Amino acid sequence: MAGENGALRQGGGTLDANVARHLLVTMWRIRAFEERLEPLKRSSTVHGLTHLSIGQEAVAAGVCTQLGNDEIVYSNHRAHGHALAKGVDMGRLLAELMGRADGCCRGLGGSMHVVDVAHGFFGATGVVGGNLPFAVGAAFASRLRGDSAVVVVFFGDGAAQAGIFAESVNLASLWQVPVVFVCENNGFAEFTPRSAHTRVERVSDLAAPFHVTAATVDGNDVVEVHRAFGEVLASASAGKGPFLLECLTHRRSGHYVGDPGGYRVASDDESWRDKDPIGRLVRRGATEGWFGEDAARAIEAAARDEVEAAVAFASASPFPDLTLPADLTYAR
Amino acid sequence: MVRTTYAATVAATLAAAMRADERVVVFGEDVALGGPYLTTKGLAEAFGTARVVNTPISEAAICGAAIGAAQSGLRPVVEIMFVDFIGLALDQLVNGAAKAHFMSGGQLRVPMVLRTQGGAGQRGGAQHSQSLESWLVHVPGLKVVMPSSAREVAALLPSAIADDSPVVVVESKTLYFRHEDLPDEGVAPEPLGTARVLRQGRDVTIVATSRMVHEALEAARQLAMRGIDAEVIDPRTLVPLDLATIAASVVRTGRLVVAHEAVCHGGVGAEIAAQVQAACFYDLDAPVVRVGAPFTPVPLSPMLEDAYLPGTAEILDAVDAALD
Ligand SMILES: Cc1ncc(C[n+]2csc(CCOP(=O)(O)OP(=O)(O)O)c2C)c(N)n1
Ligand SMILES: [Mg+2]
Repeated sequence: MAGENGALRQGGGTLDANVARHLLVTMWRIRAFEERLEPLKRSSTVHGLTHLSIGQEAVAAGVCTQLGNDEIVYSNHRAHGHALAKGVDMGRLLAELMGRADGCCRGLGGSMHVVDVAHGFFGATGVVGGNLPFAVGAAFASRLRGDSAVVVVFFGDGAAQAGIFAESVNLASLWQVPVVFVCENNGFAEFTPRSAHTRVERVSDLAAPFHVTAATVDGNDVVEVHRAFGEVLASASAGKGPFLLECLTHRRSGHYVGDPGGYRVASDDESWRDKDPIGRLVRRGATEGWFGEDAARAIEAAARDEVEAAVAFASASPFPDLTLPADLTYAR
Repeated sequence: MVRTTYAATVAATLAAAMRADERVVVFGEDVALGGPYLTTKGLAEAFGTARVVNTPISEAAICGAAIGAAQSGLRPVVEIMFVDFIGLALDQLVNGAAKAHFMSGGQLRVPMVLRTQGGAGQRGGAQHSQSLESWLVHVPGLKVVMPSSAREVAALLPSAIADDSPVVVVESKTLYFRHEDLPDEGVAPEPLGTARVLRQGRDVTIVATSRMVHEALEAARQLAMRGIDAEVIDPRTLVPLDLATIAASVVRTGRLVVAHEAVCHGGVGAEIAAQVQAACFYDLDAPVVRVGAPFTPVPLSPMLEDAYLPGTAEILDAVDAALD
């Protein structure tokens, strides 16, 4: 890693209590939503491959809560957390996953293709690595417009081995555009550990040859992700070019709902339970005086209520018209 | 009349589009230097390298960056130097550009143009000579244009740039330096999805694309000397296809030859033949005859490549078969 990255790696730092609270709210909304998705998927109420991010919520929360609607986010196949944290309405998100007319994409996209332009969420993709160059192009557009609005693209550690990753990082560096590549390194691509796909341990190591500043942070520490991304965001907004932020994390659920499992060591899952980002923020919140245990429990309860309201909204939504596919194949 | 070439008309049309609309940007390998066929000549000098952007040899990222830029409101025109390299950008084009509007329920738009060129006959060998348009025609969400002359470039490229859907324009390297006279007042843009009847005739309809349009016109000239009156139609855009114009002609002539340079097997000619037989089966007096290249890669050796390339002679044989 380049020496200038050191600053980004320092832990600590304090947080405003309101910001801390907002991060906890965001993580609980994602957690509660995805915990509810699991049975909805198993009962075929939700359709399509459903990739949960349980255990990884700190990355979505730490990054997206700092972005406005004008700052575009591209995501990957594990997108619900990014979407919710970016402001996508939970009811419309669930309706989309259920293929309903009130879904944010009118039921044409689904879990892997969630888009909400009004909230600057330009979307998920079912193609690993597929959105990386879109973010570079969007950042090119923002620089040409002159506002240098930052564009963020989330990707997994598995995507870093795709050729398009190297092409995109190189282009971003060459063009010096305001894009932040945020890697959620959960150590696995489907059922295969990173060590079986590459000898490069850290995704951030792949940025230095392209002269892109990179850092690796504890992605299960939302305070740390928030701080590190805040610095990167300020630099990228100031026109200092592209950045890469690697967040080390762990998905506590399967690769998708229905994943056969059995490819991970049980003790690993055990140790990651202690590092769960929500538990850590709740404990930290008590010590720092940001919120007490009761307040944290109330935040969880409110999130679960919101999920039930979303289920009611989405279940009441009709299925889309049969004419919709032909109407939307070409722009009019 | 103004004497010009296909390649120069591409550059002039791009310049006019960039002048008229500041959202139009050009990306590609060597585009700021005019490119190997001079199709972007003069653009960087006129509009600067912020809008005429050289890229590394990263076809996927070039196409992907254009998609992202288009989703953010620009109108990128990107160049893939040879259609033979389109495979490197296909994921972006097929899974990204073609589907973004659809999958987002109409929220996203990808108003981009991907310019590329194909065609054999220049001893380019099997990896620099292909005609791969049927790969693109198979993808819902993409529009596909094949201009057959400088005039058609002038008429259709502006419409492609103005379109809110992704459009692939497949140019012809064989035609790039062919001289042509265009009217002094220029050529007005014409809508995508409209065929052009280049020669009217009563006896047989020849639908031809790109370079084969010129071979078809030559065949029609020779047929006229034999008292056979051929109608020649250039569909100009393969998606959307103007079936109405083609079918109206077939209803009158009763006979159809479809000619393209791409291999016959799985080619666009098969699609046109299928659509025509469904639309005017009872008006056809003979089976539809297809003209295209044999089912082999393009050979390098001059004698072999000349034998490989379909042209006027193959169209004449096909017309004879259709009239038989
Ligand atoms: C181009 C492509 N290849 C393969 C797949 C199948 N696939 C879906 S997710 C995945 C693993 C991705 O791993 P990573 O990028 O680390 O993200 P994670 O799932 O760990 O969040 C694979 C191989 C795909 N969707 N796209
Ligand atoms: Mg992974």
